[in-house]
Amino acid sequence: MDAIILQILNGLDKGSAYALIALGLTLIFGTLGVVNFAHGALFMIGAFCAVFVQRLLNLSFETVDPSKTDFLGQPLKVKTPYVESWFGPDVGATIIDWSVPLAVLFCIPVMVLIGFVMERGLIKHFYKREHADQILVTFGLAIVLQEVIKAFYGANPIQTPAPETLSGVATLAGGIVYPVWRIVYFCFAAVIIGGVFAFLQFTTFGMVVRAGMADRETVGLLGINIDRRFTVMFGIAAAVAGLAGVMYGPINAPNYHMGMDFLVLSFVVVVVGGMGSLPGAVAAGFLLGILESFASTTWATTTIPGINQIIIYLVAIIILLTRPRGLLGKKGVME
Amino acid sequence: MFGLNKKDSALLLLVAILTMLAPFILNPFPSDSGLAQFNAGYPDLMQRFVIFGIFAIGFNILFGLTGYLSFGHAAFLGVGSYSAVWMFKLLSMNIIPAIVLSVAIAGLFALVIGYVSLRRTGIYFSILTLAFAQMSFALAYSVLTPITNGETGLQLSLDDPRILDSANTSGSLPVTSLFGLEMRSSFDLVVGPWSFTFSVGYYICAIAMLLAFYLSIRIFRSPFGMMLRAIKSNQQRLNYTGLNPKPYTLAAFVISGMYAGLAGGLLASMDPLAGAERMQWTASGEVVLMTILGGVGTLIGPVLGAGLIKYFENIFSKINDTVLHGWFGILPDGIEDFLVSIIHPFVGKGWHLTLGIIFMLVVTFLPGGLVEGGQRIARLFRSKKKTDGADAAKTEPAE
Repeated sequence: MDAIILQILNGLDKGSAYALIALGLTLIFGTLGVVNFAHGALFMIGAFCAVFVQRLLNLSFETVDPSKTDFLGQPLKVKTPYVESWFGPDVGATIIDWSVPLAVLFCIPVMVLIGFVMERGLIKHFYKREHADQILVTFGLAIVLQEVIKAFYGANPIQTPAPETLSGVATLAGGIVYPVWRIVYFCFAAVIIGGVFAFLQFTTFGMVVRAGMADRETVGLLGINIDRRFTVMFGIAAAVAGLAGVMYGPINAPNYHMGMDFLVLSFVVVVVGGMGSLPGAVAAGFLLGILESFASTTWATTTIPGINQIIIYLVAIIILLTRPRGLLGKKGVME
Repeated sequence: MFGLNKKDSALLLLVAILTMLAPFILNPFPSDSGLAQFNAGYPDLMQRFVIFGIFAIGFNILFGLTGYLSFGHAAFLGVGSYSAVWMFKLLSMNIIPAIVLSVAIAGLFALVIGYVSLRRTGIYFSILTLAFAQMSFALAYSVLTPITNGETGLQLSLDDPRILDSANTSGSLPVTSLFGLEMRSSFDLVVGPWSFTFSVGYYICAIAMLLAFYLSIRIFRSPFGMMLRAIKSNQQRLNYTGLNPKPYTLAAFVISGMYAGLAGGLLASMDPLAGAERMQWTASGEVVLMTILGGVGTLIGPVLGAGLIKYFENIFSKINDTVLHGWFGILPDGIEDFLVSIIHPFVGKGWHLTLGIIFMLVVTFLPGGLVEGGQRIARLFRSKKKTDGADAAKTEPAE
């Protein structure tokens, strides 16, 4: 029983990342009808927001401390981060320690801005073109974004540790030992997902967007500038992907190709959940995350060798062939 | 010639001449000059040009004619490589059985994957092929290690059976050959400061590429090719006329899979190694890039695209800061450093960035790729001449 709960928990953090990325992908596909292959790159940029904030907070100046000497007997140079000199050593150290959560605040405006620029500058010109063209141009954009990040931060993964208090392990009820940050990540994902759904469900803006998803033309005819709202949704989708990336940093050190790795899986998640279905994307994200973690148990890998590597693709193939609209997809949408 | 019309024979002839003279054409700079690093005429790179040309030609038969965008084509290339290396290990170092087997196995593989994937169209087809390819990649890396040798990659070893070859007593690994003609052997021609290398391996690949190119022209011009184009332009209408498009798309898929298998077999014949990374989806993305850059749906486009990308990958990526400083050395120091720091991210290790930007520009503004670009420029000149002529004809009588 404990083993089962542990596997479910294990699946939740990866499942949260899948769900968040898939949610953004579906938002874009559902509103603008665009297949965005650059979404993984947005996730990656989010993760590098954390790296950026971390580096920014660690900017420091050097002072010579005459009371201490280094091994050559010369006065020791001490590096003090600016934050520590402004806020005092204790508060400063805490701020640096909490750089990842702080990066969340920094990431939202940045990602929304990137989303706006991307939609207005590039994607807008591809509404009327084939899906294949959209896939190709966003694939090109993904390569460009990835290479820009690589040019700035290099090809090696960069550690972005979680705050000290959240980086240990917790003992849950039933004696299950589990890393705290993964629980935080899951709660964070749940809040974001809940927030997006509440925004769409309970605000006027969200209502108009939903109406636009159902019938864009009619909403436009009613005198509503639906394009502008969809641009905002693109920004929100980008922010969701970015947030997923920021918080994923402590679980997996950000590197420039992490976006591509997640992209393929997120697409599979979207397809399993149903193109254009938001609940489907979230449900399929968690479902596949948990399935993957069950498939990597020793019992599963000894019964069917290699199942942990291919389970997600296998599920996707079966779903596509038997129920092409996906688990929760509406009838007739991209069937 | 060979059942082609005049225009196509001219194209085939041109390509044949260019590939046969490639060691000269790709080595325009004397080997002791500063520009020698832009010489692409060494056998290894030339082989890559033509082998990936074959791969892209095959991909173009599927994507260019039927419009089905496969994101998993590298799987067939990988399967081809593995089967070729197994043939070298078990049967003989002769490349003929290896290539025959790699084409056959890749074809079978494509038949199975195509049969399942082609039940869906559009983006679903892309994702299905992607899923299959990633699955093969993951399996090749982990469970199938007895067949694929996992991360290390499949290699030759001294104690392989090689039942058709005479016993190996030399103590070194045997080399691939065509009835005794070794792939690695080459002949250097030195003319003054220039040096040209003619390698057996390159010419074998080039002949294979020409055959593949000829076959693709025949497919493009055949009723079968016409059918594939009909599928691209309007599949629904084709259904209503009572034609089942499935066998045609499946045939196109298998043919393009066999092209990929041929490319994989040739890669293994030139260098008897096969690794799982050849099957990764980024490798599939690369062939998509090649085809689009060169010109999708055109005959020569994919070959051009493959050449361009491989040139970028091998030559453009070698331009480092020292080379840049050498170029701008005549300028004042401030401007020199400024120019170098601007260009630096785009060359050398950052060549992917340049490639990505070019690719986006091509998709956005030139959907027909380089070939369309060339045609547009040609048309510009031609129409200018025509309007000039028309103007002259108009104005003259008035005077």
